[in-house]
Formats: sequence, C-alpha cells, structure tokens
Amino acid sequence: MWRHIAQRLLQMIPLVLLISAIVFILTHILPGDVAMAILGEEMARDDEAYEAVRDELGLDHPLPLQYMRWLTRTVRGDFGTSYRTHEDVGSALAQRLPRTLQLMVMATMLSTAIAIPVGVLSALRPNSKLDMAGTLFAMFGVAVPNFWLGLMLIFLFAFAFGFFPGTGYVSPTEDLGGNLKVMMLPALTLGMSGTATLMRLTRSSMLEVLQQDYIRTAHAKGLRPATVLVIHALKNALIPVVTVYALQIGDMFGGSVVVETVFRIPGMGFWAAQSVFFRDLAATQAIIMVTATAVVISNLAADILYAYLDPRIRIA
Amino acid sequence: MIDRERALRRLGWLRWGPPVLKVIKAISMATQTRGGKVSLVVVVSVILIAVAADVIAPYDPLFQDYTALLQAPSLSHPFGTDHVGRDILSRVIHGTRTSIAAGVLSVGFAILVGGTAGLVAGYLRNWTAALIMRIADAIFAFPSLLLALAMASILGPSLQNIMIAVGVVFSPTIARLVRAESLAVRERDFVTAAVSSGATPNRITLVHILPNVRATVIVMATLLVSAAILIEAGLSFLGVGLPPPAPSWGADLRDGARYLRVAWWASFFPGCAIFLTVLAINLLGDGLRISLDPRQRRALSV
Repeated sequence: MWRHIAQRLLQMIPLVLLISAIVFILTHILPGDVAMAILGEEMARDDEAYEAVRDELGLDHPLPLQYMRWLTRTVRGDFGTSYRTHEDVGSALAQRLPRTLQLMVMATMLSTAIAIPVGVLSALRPNSKLDMAGTLFAMFGVAVPNFWLGLMLIFLFAFAFGFFPGTGYVSPTEDLGGNLKVMMLPALTLGMSGTATLMRLTRSSMLEVLQQDYIRTAHAKGLRPATVLVIHALKNALIPVVTVYALQIGDMFGGSVVVETVFRIPGMGFWAAQSVFFRDLAATQAIIMVTATAVVISNLAADILYAYLDPRIRIA
Repeated sequence: MIDRERALRRLGWLRWGPPVLKVIKAISMATQTRGGKVSLVVVVSVILIAVAADVIAPYDPLFQDYTALLQAPSLSHPFGTDHVGRDILSRVIHGTRTSIAAGVLSVGFAILVGGTAGLVAGYLRNWTAALIMRIADAIFAFPSLLLALAMASILGPSLQNIMIAVGVVFSPTIARLVRAESLAVRERDFVTAAVSSGATPNRITLVHILPNVRATVIVMATLLVSAAILIEAGLSFLGVGLPPPAPSWGADLRDGARYLRVAWWASFFPGCAIFLTVLAINLLGDGLRISLDPRQRRALSV
C-alpha cells in the first residue's frame, strides 16, 4: 500500500511539471507586449521606464530561462507581484483561496445532504414518484447554466422574497451567521451539477449493490432491514461515489469563477475572472497553477482512498 | 454487382455508410422513449431556428429602439426588450447561431486534434504515444472553464478563438476515447489479417481502425456539444466571448444581469434558451449512448 502511494506520488511530479510548462507557454503566447500592458500606452513611450519594466520581468531573456526562473520562484511559493493591483500574488491568494474553499465545502455538504438520501431512496423504490422527481432534478442540475441559476436564485430569494441577501460578502470572523447567510445561495448554485451527478451515481451504485448475493444472505440470516441497508448496502455502494467527490473539485474550481462573479464574492474564482479579463499575468499563472495542482492531488487522493476502501482494486 | 460496388465506393457510401447507418439506427432507438422524441424535436427545431434566424426573428437583433427600453414581455415584444431597447426574442433567436456554431465547430476542432492524437497514440505505443497521453493528462487537470477562459482571453475575443479554446480543452477527452477504442480494435482478427497481408500502418489506421471508432466518437461528440455550449455561454457571460453587440446567449445574460432587479426577462429568456438546448442535447446523447452500448441498455432496464 505505502509502496503504491509512494509510486503514485513520484508519478505526479512529471505531470505537475508538464502542467507548469503548459501554464507558462499559455501565458507567454500573449499577443502584445506585457511591459506595454503594465505601463499603459502613454507611459510606454518613455523608453527608460519601458526598458526598466522589461528588465524587471526578465522579458529579454530566452524563454527557457524565463521558465526556469518562474518555476524555481513558484516552487518556493513566490508568485510575483500583480501588475494591476501591485499586491503580492502569494498573499492575495492566501487571502482569497479560503473563501473559495469555504464555498466549495458548503456546496459539497449541501449536495451530499440532498443527493445521498434521495439517491438511496430512489434505488430502494425504482420508478416511484420520488425516483422520477430525482431523475428530473438530475437532468435539470446537469443542464442548467450555473450563472443563470445563480441570477434566478438572487431574483427569487433576494429580490422577490427577501430571504437571503443577493450579493456581497461578509467575513466569517466578523459575523459568522451573516457569512453563512451570504454563502448559502452561492453554495447551492455551485453544488447544483455535482448534486445531480452524485444523486445519479448513488442511485445506480445502490441498485447494483442491492442485487448482490451478500445482501440476500444478510436478509436471510435475519438482520434488521435497516442494518442491511446501512451497514451492508450503503457502505459498499458509496465506494464509487468517492471518485465523484474528487472529480467535482476541479469542476467546482471552474464553477467558482462564474458563481463568485455572479454573487460578488471576493474569492479566488472572482479574482481569476478579473485577472484573466485584465490580463494580469502573475495572478493568472498562480491561480491556474494552484488549481491544476489541487486537481492532480485530489485525483491521487481519490485513487488511494478507492484502493483503501475496496481491497479488490488493491489486488488487481 | 461489381459496378454497383464501385459506384457506391465512389459515392463514399462504403466508407461512410455503415457508421452513418449505425448512428441513424441509434437515433431511432434513442428516440423511442417519450423523452427521446421530445429531445430530438427540440434539437431539430434549435438547428432550424439557427438556420432560419433571419426569417423568423421579428426584429433586427441589433436595432436599438430608444422608445422601448427594458419593456416587460408584451405582444409586440414577447420576451421584452433589453437596456438599449433591443428585442430579446430576436436576440435569443439569433443567439442560437452563435451557440450552435460554437458548440459544433469547437467539438469538430476537438475531434480533429484529439482524434488524430488518439489514433497516433493508439497505434504507436512508444514514447511519442506516452508523451501525447501525458500532455492529454496535463490538459485534463485544468478545470475546463478556467483553461478555456485563460485561452480565450489570451487569443482575444472572437467566436473563432472561443472555438479554438473550447476545442483544445475537449481534445484530451476525445484523444483518450479514441486511443482506448483503437487499442481494442487493434487486437481484433481483421487487423491482424491486414498486418500479415502487408498493409502499411497508415492504411491500417485509416482504413481498418478509424471506421470502427467513428460511431463511439459521434456519441461522445453529442455530449460534448452541450458542454461546449455551456462553456461558450459561460465565457461570454464573463466578458471574454463574442464582442458586443453580436447576439450571444451568454453575453445577453451578462447585460441582463445588471438589470435583474427591474427586468428579470432580460436574463431569464437567454438562460432558458441555454438550459433547454443543453437539456435536449444531453437527453439525445444519453439515448444514443445507451442504444449503442448493449450493456448500458440492459442496465437501464434494471
């Protein structure tokens, strides 16, 4: 087991390097001049200032050298300075990432609370009214664009009924209740497609497990139906569900860009949208790099967890 | 008989006929359920709306009527008007073109790039193949919206650049699928027979392997089109899509969002269009997948 984990960790290194190369190439094929963009056209006419910026960014060096410099800085946690806001990108990230993570955790909790019970009940009574409703909800959840869903939720719950505040952000250290209230609708929006996927997978996985011989055996030896359902069926049915959680991390990072923009939450997603829009090189690089690395790590964690939960995979 | 075969070959029927027939059969099977029928009708009408947008749109989608700003839905403007007095129904109708073009062409680009990479990686099985698949893994690690956002912003706002960005994002999906399929096809007897009769690798890939992976790719492509439409709308919503004033569902939603409190219709209807189109394509794609994969068909009846 430990050997397997170590092996997988080592395999991760070239993948992350390749990712960093893609991020670097992507941000360096920018048409137009980065130094010009930083200074603005007026200032860039001043040759001295222009050269100073080019020099500071190392833009006159060959690309491989620039890449190595960027990589060694990034590995040490130095993401450079945003030319738009002149903040240190690393500390800006440290300030904004927790907000996005809070949103993602809340979204995951909400979708788990909805998806698992409905999925299990649908599997117990296939083709019942609840199962139909679950199917409809899943189709809705996958197809609905999250920015539209967010806007409609704002309109309904904030403007029309006034249950929740529409947009804006409250820090949890200042007002935890207010913070949770503000984050509720965004979390619901962010978790929507995940809820749908989770519900469908729980249902099909549970359906499959319920047909296994050991479930019949458990019933036959007189265990209480609830015990069979939870201990024998659900525990095994949830194993493949673990993978979905890991896959959702990437989707939620992508979704947070849109959802945070809709709800004006100053997290990493909103920052990503703005950095990309204003071509903030250092911030864009840092956000994409951190996100992709997080995705790689969570995929690895899911694989290991999967092997740990299901011994059959470990042997194969 | 031989003449008929030659004529058919000239028409390309022998090459394209079987997979096309397979897909047509799959569509007819996929649409046997009520949901499948409805989805086919919706998808076909969306395509017709895109084609006939000029004829059916009641107004010019760019015409700004300053005497009718942010008007609620009425008989003269069934979906209302936006903040510069443009008819939202006409913009939604014309936006269909943008979405369908972005969806179909970006997936086409992904099939071209990813399909080629997958075929090469499936055939070569050496370090080049390994490198191709590692690059695919790396691209796969980026959240698709974030990568497409970064690429679209770098390339500049145009429909063509969005298609390239979305196409690159989806290429690994196609590459993985094509590689897995072609690895399986390679093991089959008719490929061994072709190899032993001296067929070149190019011929084996193009004549023997490609036709056998085509149907699977078409199904996957259907599902990717709806994902591509969602990403295009998302990019336009974030402001890196088609430059204004071109009609696009995502960009219209972005405009409408600013007036949400006073004019819900300006964001409601473009979003509805995205939602219904994506829903219908998803349903059709699911049906296709199930009818092409007998194992799934059995699973469905459980």
